[in-house]
Formats: sequence, C-alpha cells, structure tokens
Amino acid sequence: MQTSDIDRALQTDDTRLTRPRLFVLALTTALIAALATAALTFPDNVGRLAPLALDSLPRSGVLNPVTAVLLNYRGYDTLLEVAVLLLAIVGVWAIAPTARVWFKTPDTPVLATFVRLLLPLMIVVAGYMLWLGADEPGGAFQGGAVLGGVGVLWVAAAVWLPRRGHPFWLRLLLGAGVAAFVIAAVGLLFLTGGLLQYPPEQAKTVILVIEGAAMFSIGATLAVLFIGGYPRREEEK
Amino acid sequence: MIGTSTLYTLAGILLFGMGLYALIAYPHLLRKILALNVMGVGIFMVLISIAYQGPTQRADPVPHALVITGIVVAVCATGLALTLATRIQALTGSARLETDEEA
Amino acid sequence: MMIVEWFDATLVIILLACAWLALTTPNLLRAVMLFIAFGLLVALAWVRLQAPDVALAEAAVGSGLTGALLLSTLSAMQRAAQKRRAQGEAAPKSTKEESDAN
Repeated sequence: MQTSDIDRALQTDDTRLTRPRLFVLALTTALIAALATAALTFPDNVGRLAPLALDSLPRSGVLNPVTAVLLNYRGYDTLLEVAVLLLAIVGVWAIAPTARVWFKTPDTPVLATFVRLLLPLMIVVAGYMLWLGADEPGGAFQGGAVLGGVGVLWVAAAVWLPRRGHPFWLRLLLGAGVAAFVIAAVGLLFLTGGLLQYPPEQAKTVILVIEGAAMFSIGATLAVLFIGGYPRREEEK
Repeated sequence: MIGTSTLYTLAGILLFGMGLYALIAYPHLLRKILALNVMGVGIFMVLISIAYQGPTQRADPVPHALVITGIVVAVCATGLALTLATRIQALTGSARLETDEEA
Repeated sequence: MMIVEWFDATLVIILLACAWLALTTPNLLRAVMLFIAFGLLVALAWVRLQAPDVALAEAAVGSGLTGALLLSTLSAMQRAAQKRRAQGEAAPKSTKEESDAN
C-alpha cells in the first residue's frame, strides 16, 4: 500500500497550468501561428530533387529510390550518421558507470527459450529486409532495427547481460559499419577518383556489402544503448 | 479547402509547438526528452508532407532518406539523453530540473 | 486542389490528441505509453504520405526501441529514488556520503 503510493509519487509530474506556463503556452502558440502562416504561403513550384533522383536510378545499382539516396547519392551523409551512432555509444559509456537495466531472470524458462529461438529467425528477417531494400521498401536501417529489437529482448529477458565490460566481438560489431564505409570510401577514391562514387556495374554489390555491415552495427548499437552504461563493476543482486 | 499535404504540414508544426511548450514548461527530465522526440516527429512530418506529391505521383525520395537518417539519430540522441538524465538523478537525487523558486 | 479524406483528418486529430496527452498527463508511465501509441500512429501517417520506408523505420525504431529505452529509464529512475528514500530513512545524513561516493 505504502510502496504503491511512493511509486505513484515517483512517476508523477506536476503539469498544472501555472502562470509562467501560460506565458510559455502563449509564446509557443504565437510561434505555431507564424510557422503555419509561412507553411500556407509556401511557393508551389519549387525546384525538386525528385526527378533527378528518379532519373539517375538505373545508374545507382538499386531500384528503391530511398536506398539510392541513402547509400549512393548521399552516401557521405550516411557514413557520418553511422559514425554518430558510434559516438553516441562512446558518450553513453563515458557517462554511466553501470548498466541501467537490471533485470531478474524470469521465473519461467519459457520467455528465455522463446527469445533465444527468436534470434536466428530475426537475423533471417533482417537479412531479407536488407536484400529487399534494394528494390522495395526496406534496407539497412529497418533490418538493423529488427536486430536491435532482438538485442533488447535478449537483454530484457536476461538471456544476455554483460556483467563486466563488453566482449571484443560486440565492439567489432559496433565498429563494423563505420569500418566498411570508410574502407569502401577510401578504396573507391583510388578506383574511381571520387569519394563513395561507385562504378555503376558493381554499385549493387558495394551497396549491399556496406549495408550489411551497417545493419549489424545499427542493431548492436541499439541493443547496447538499451543496456545504457558501461558495466564496470558487478551488478548488485 | 486544404490538401492532404498541407494538413500534415500543419499537424507537424503543431506537434513541434506542443513539444517546445512541454520542453520549456515541465521540469521532469523524462518529460523533456519525450518533448524533444515529439518536436523531432513534428519536423519529420513537415519534411515528409512536403515530399508528398499527391496519390498518383511518386513522392520525393530525398526527404524520405533525410527522415530515416533523422529517426535513427534521434533514437541515439534519446539514448544518450536518458543516460545523462539517469546520471543527473544519481548525482543530485532528483530527476527534475527545478526552477529557483521551487528549489 | 483536392479535399482531405476523412481518414487523414481523423488520423491527424487522434495523433495530435495522443501527443498532447503524452506531453501533459501527470503520470509519466502513462505518458510513455501514449508516446508509444503516438509513434505507431505516426508510422500510419507515413504510409498515408507514401513513405513506406520511413514507416518501417518509425514503427521499429521511433516507437518500439524509443519506448523500450524510455520504460527502462523510468524504472531505473524509480529504483534509484526508492533506494535513496530507504537510505534517507535509515540515516538522515546520507546525502554527503553519497556525494562523496560518487
């Protein structure tokens, strides 16, 4: 009874409309009004990149225009993004001395067994999404999200929880995306003379290799973010 | 009469404003992170609605790619921010950013 | 210019209501739940705007994984606050010790 009261107090936030809040509300309403006016007066005939992006599709190696933009036209952007993911992990490890998640092993083995069985199945699903992403909606980010989801389940069901530090293979997985991207970028710099400029015949292969590495990195990054923090000492029981 | 694209643009702007209000007004750090995410979704919605060119035409893929990048970066920023919030709570004992008069 | 379909109008209204409730409800657990629901509705909006790639990413990452992160943080925060409260009851001057330990 008392604990539930405390629980309720801990997860409540005072959201009453006080006078300063009313002032903030008025200001943001004014901002919304200004932005809405600007949006309603958007010019209709703006220069679009869509025709350019769609017309260049045959030379990009893939049929899904979004994948073409992400991995081919603006590959540099995506390279930096994968680097940002790595930096986020470095930041989390630097800030937090212990893992945030702290789960007891579930009372029944059903959940753990189910989660274990899910991993190979979801790797297949992620790989399928990656392969499909070349021509249909899907790709490295969506596949990576599926892998990340399985990672979260493994951690949440206490199937796998790093007690002290992270194993070498996980670090390898986290860096794989950036590594593959940089190797491809530098290699292509010598081959074609342009950073991440793919030769049209091999474009699909290059894209899928980079995407595959990036997918595993994204999945590992999301799971490690869920662990939250670098477990330096034994978790207390 | 407003079109589908305009409807979603306006919705995105409203989401952005709502998120901004909650970000400034409420002291709890978790709420602030939630508000940042809603603001992000508002921006994504403006981008995607601008890319939309009617049901018959193909949508502009460039903003789509930008938004996918944005979603993944947003979740990483959220993870980092949540870790920071947990740390702040561990160091100060409170997960709220109190104003001067309340403290 | 075409007229907005009722589906889009309804979706936008529910979406905005969900976001507003998530941002203003006093209960943080409820806020996180509403945010997850909001994320899934946004994924639906992306499909309506012919962005299936974005919808896939949003449903998995924006809603699912962000929700998991938020929930785990919420429970971690509660655990820390409860522990602190228990320690505070046992020894009222524990604040200094804790700051030294940190």
